[in-house]
Amino acid sequence: MSHEDRIAAGSLVKRHRLSTRIWHWVNAIAIATLFMSGLGIFNAHPRLYWGNYGANFDTPWLELDRFPGWITLPGSYSLSMSRQWHLAYALIFAFALLVYMIWSLINRHISRDLAFRREELEPRHIWQDIKDHARLRFPTGAAALRYNVLQKASYIGVIFILIPGIIFTGLAMSPGMDAAWPWLTQIFGGRQSARSIHFIFAFALIGFFLVHILMVLLAGPINEVRSMITGWYRVPPERRTGEHGQ
Amino acid sequence: MTFMSRRSLLTGLAATAGGLLTGCDKLAQSEDFRKALFSAENVHRWTQRALTDRQALAQEFTPDQMSPYFRPNGTRNPGTAEYTAISANNFADWRLKVTGLVNRPLSLSLPQIKALPHREQITRHDCVEGWSAIGKWRGVPLRTILDGAQLKTSAKYLVFHCADTNGGARPYYESIDMVDAFHPQTILAFALNDKPLFVANGAPLRLRVERHLGYKHAKYLIGIEAVDNLAGIHGGKGGYWEDVAGYQWYAGI
Repeated sequence: MSHEDRIAAGSLVKRHRLSTRIWHWVNAIAIATLFMSGLGIFNAHPRLYWGNYGANFDTPWLELDRFPGWITLPGSYSLSMSRQWHLAYALIFAFALLVYMIWSLINRHISRDLAFRREELEPRHIWQDIKDHARLRFPTGAAALRYNVLQKASYIGVIFILIPGIIFTGLAMSPGMDAAWPWLTQIFGGRQSARSIHFIFAFALIGFFLVHILMVLLAGPINEVRSMITGWYRVPPERRTGEHGQ
Repeated sequence: MTFMSRRSLLTGLAATAGGLLTGCDKLAQSEDFRKALFSAENVHRWTQRALTDRQALAQEFTPDQMSPYFRPNGTRNPGTAEYTAISANNFADWRLKVTGLVNRPLSLSLPQIKALPHREQITRHDCVEGWSAIGKWRGVPLRTILDGAQLKTSAKYLVFHCADTNGGARPYYESIDMVDAFHPQTILAFALNDKPLFVANGAPLRLRVERHLGYKHAKYLIGIEAVDNLAGIHGGKGGYWEDVAGYQWYAGI
């Protein structure tokens, strides 16, 4: 029996490390600021292209109206202020990820909590987890202390693909970095492609955010939010067998 | 499970966003906060220059990669009486004055500039708004002009004065430091896509400073002034858009 299996339901346990909690809240602020100021920047030219170039006389793959003021930063159109917000918080966002990755390698958060275990990757296990999510059956008891396989997949996707992708496509739009690291821009297929991918990834991250908020609300927002602030989490009681398949 | 109606959830989210926004806009009016926020520009500049090659060349493209049409932007025609007179005369009376911290001030005509060795480059022009266009530029490396004017060692910046007032009373101007001034791709361009510059593109001469966003590429040049600081020039922030709207002076980001 592992240590976790002996944890009694209803008891308070330390769930989230300090590094995870700090990074989580830095991200909450940074992502809100970056998304809203990013929409403000997008409003200056609300068209997206593929390739190296793209301007008014070229064909966009997406053309939108300007995003409304309630979702942009600042609330009234100002490209220069949107850029000031965006470029300041981009530094915080990027270096926070770097520090978190190093910290999580050292404290073994990545290998202990995030890395898939072999048995989790069996199709039967993944399918069971999908069914549990669809029925909104959240893990109880000691199982609630570990990330489930879908949760791991979404965290790994966000930490190692989505956020680095957003950072590097952002860098690939910088004319100074383009000269220094031309390969970076070429990886994404040119500056305008990088801008398009930056936009798509930003909305994918907002998609993650919405599902994440929904899951927190469904799993018990007070317990979940407390655990992300203080680290302490109350272990949810086991379901009685009669409740299965309700 | 906590029950929350969709309406209350949406109202809550909208109120949070609204509160956040009002808070942020208020914060951005505080002088100290603005200073802190705007200082990120320097962090970007230091980081880029510390971690990468200062002489790195902007990517150059082949003719088949060029934009079918190179979009002019900003002022399409300065329209002032002086500029109209000078352009009507095919820029025969136009001069580029090189002044300030130089041992040999210059006043160059267009034929004199065109007689100097040229550089041709097909580069991508990135506007701060987000679009890009690829065009072929021909011009004289700025270094050639600076060597001719014998720049003093006390010179830290070059200010580019323009014939254009962007529709108002303030003249357009821009400035760069010596890292960009002596960069091999920094040229004073007189031709775009094998034709002399159109008025809309900055005739007769414009700056190309390829590792920066479009607003640094001053059009309708009439003067280059070498200075040791930018405080005394117009609004003091080193450029028209920097003074008027708070754009970053370092436009490599």
